[in-house]
Amino acid sequence: MTMARDAGFDASGFFRRKKLMAFTVPAVILVYFVYIFFAFDIPGLADRARMDNARILVADSYSYKTHVTRDNRSGTVTVAVEGENKGTWPQGTSPDWVTFESENRTRVQLKHGQEVLIDANTMRYDVPGYGLISAQVSHREGVVLELPTDTVPDWISASTARVDITTDAGRVTLTRARTEVMRYQFGWELFWFTLDSPFSGKSFGELVGLAVSGDRVVEGKSNLAAIIHDIWNNRMWQHKDVLGAIFETILMAFLGTMGAGIVALPLAFAAARNFSPFMAVRAVVRRLFDFVRGVDALIWTIILARAFGPGPLTGALAILITDTGTFGKLFSEALENVDKREIEGVQSTGAKPLQRYRFGVIPQITPVLLSQLLYYLESNTRSATVIGAITGGGIGLLLTQAMITQKDWEEVSYYIILILIMVMAMDSVSGWLRRRLIASDDSGR
Amino acid sequence: MSDLTAGQAGAARVHDVQTAYMEMTRRKRLYGLVMLIVFIALMVSGFRIADDRNAGGFWDGIGNIFQFPSEVLSEAGQKIANLPGLMWKFLPSLIETINIAAASTLLGAMGAVAISLLATRGLAKWPRLVGPFRRLMDMLRAFPEIVIALVLIFVLGGGPVPAMIAIALHTVGALGKLFSEVNENASVKPVEGLQSVGATWGQRMWLGVIPQVAPNYLSYALLRFEINIRASAILGFVGSGGIGYDLKNAFSWGQGRYDEVAAIFLLLFGTIVLFDQVSSRYRNKLISGE
Repeated sequence: MTMARDAGFDASGFFRRKKLMAFTVPAVILVYFVYIFFAFDIPGLADRARMDNARILVADSYSYKTHVTRDNRSGTVTVAVEGENKGTWPQGTSPDWVTFESENRTRVQLKHGQEVLIDANTMRYDVPGYGLISAQVSHREGVVLELPTDTVPDWISASTARVDITTDAGRVTLTRARTEVMRYQFGWELFWFTLDSPFSGKSFGELVGLAVSGDRVVEGKSNLAAIIHDIWNNRMWQHKDVLGAIFETILMAFLGTMGAGIVALPLAFAAARNFSPFMAVRAVVRRLFDFVRGVDALIWTIILARAFGPGPLTGALAILITDTGTFGKLFSEALENVDKREIEGVQSTGAKPLQRYRFGVIPQITPVLLSQLLYYLESNTRSATVIGAITGGGIGLLLTQAMITQKDWEEVSYYIILILIMVMAMDSVSGWLRRRLIASDDSGR
Repeated sequence: MSDLTAGQAGAARVHDVQTAYMEMTRRKRLYGLVMLIVFIALMVSGFRIADDRNAGGFWDGIGNIFQFPSEVLSEAGQKIANLPGLMWKFLPSLIETINIAAASTLLGAMGAVAISLLATRGLAKWPRLVGPFRRLMDMLRAFPEIVIALVLIFVLGGGPVPAMIAIALHTVGALGKLFSEVNENASVKPVEGLQSVGATWGQRMWLGVIPQVAPNYLSYALLRFEINIRASAILGFVGSGGIGYDLKNAFSWGQGRYDEVAAIFLLLFGTIVLFDQVSSRYRNKLISGE
């Protein structure tokens, strides 16, 4: 024991410290989480959470609803996907679950064999297990509801101004102005073709058949071109704009990352101890790197958006400025680790200073440089999405816009899937390029 | 005679090698040149497209670049006496931003430790699930924080919790990948030793692997914490608590509140630089202290 102490190693003390650490670290973390629990008001979260919103979000992201609307003043009935203008069925046509029986009678089949009859200003809906609901709309008295029971069940909200009936088969709302029946269906509606396209409702096989057949559906255009034109210009999903936005986002990341690399490389030489003889220059450049990194992309974005307005250029410049700091730091560290002997070797053959850099330094730092650039290209694709949401460019903007409406959740999930595909594709492209470009240079590593 | 032919053949071979080498060098240079031209073309055309699609042009805007900072600075200069008070006023929001980053880094790092051990070949509890766990990490990493945050804001309402969950999920993916690379370099001998005395999987990992990799874990987690502070400020800007939210409010108020903007800028800048310096100092210590 004395020997152990003589050797400068107090075993029991060491273990005491270890034991203490093993208990204090988890205890400190636990205490911190207890503090966070109250600081973030997590007990109050249950009240604030809107589970109905969550339900709408989930249901809407994989299903859609079609509105059958009767204007109670003019008496016209329209059928429209999501109630939107761009998804309206042309006058006189309807999906097979809507039948126009006469001028004023429209029969709407809902799910589970239930049906709603709109007969002029009255609405009849026979709900299995409950009974017949009927409602009458008049200009003077508003909406008059007749129920089979005395009490109003909680899935019906009723007032003279508005009646809202929600069942698992669909939804009916009545106001003075209109009677509306909604039926939910699985899928993303009109994803390929809107209803005004001649190709709408055709199966994939029929489309392939049309594409190879000679009969032209649209005058003056081959069928394939017409099909692509109709998909590309789909007004409901706006594929053209969405893919344009994805392109904009990738463009921001590319321009920002590569631009930052170009700006940072010469500055890194000025900041590296072994290339820059003047300490003052070194210190100034390093503080500059720290400064642009410290100001952070958020603030740069705000400042630049003031000068250049919203758009992809602003985002690209924000990434460029922030990453100049990051790259400058990384590159100058790489330069400080450069092997001097290679430069001396090149110098011994009589190379001029510029040639010394070209053949003695650049080959050594290229692998580091490229792998950092490519790594940041992938990570900046994500940043460009976020910056786009602030500056108003690219897919980030579309995403925030779709979220603000709080009803186009199918579009939100479409954008999220596209963003995921984009980021993962950039990840594999940058990984592939990294392996291709660097594997040959550093076979040793 | 035979020497002469051998010498000639040797010289010819050297010549062949030389021409082949020069040919290869020339081709390499050509490829390099082509790649450079393609790269420059991409940069120039990309810049022009971005310039076209932007609301204001690059050449119009470049002159105004200092206009907004100088407006802010001049107003802040006039009301310089307000600044300390305003900074005190925004301190709670700053603490909230830092708390979001710290809590999400802690949660994310814990998740990352578990998932990275499950996704490392040779250490995984269920070797068949190594692939799925890796894909899960890729998915988590690919989600930009803002996507999860915005969805959660809709469900949970504003406040720090959506941002914390969003950043934590991304952190699990990002740190999980780095951690599993560290795990791959860990020695399996302690693990085997523990297994031979009948330790469970949890004990093997906790006692055999974690002590080896803890310094590297800590170093990556510190770097992530610094990144997460920036992320949590940005998420505040799009609507979930913290200093970013105050910045947005002060900013959209416009002229007259620029002293607040300046105060928030200063706080944010100071915080980022402080944590940047602290984390890089500790990381150097952790790496070199081994």
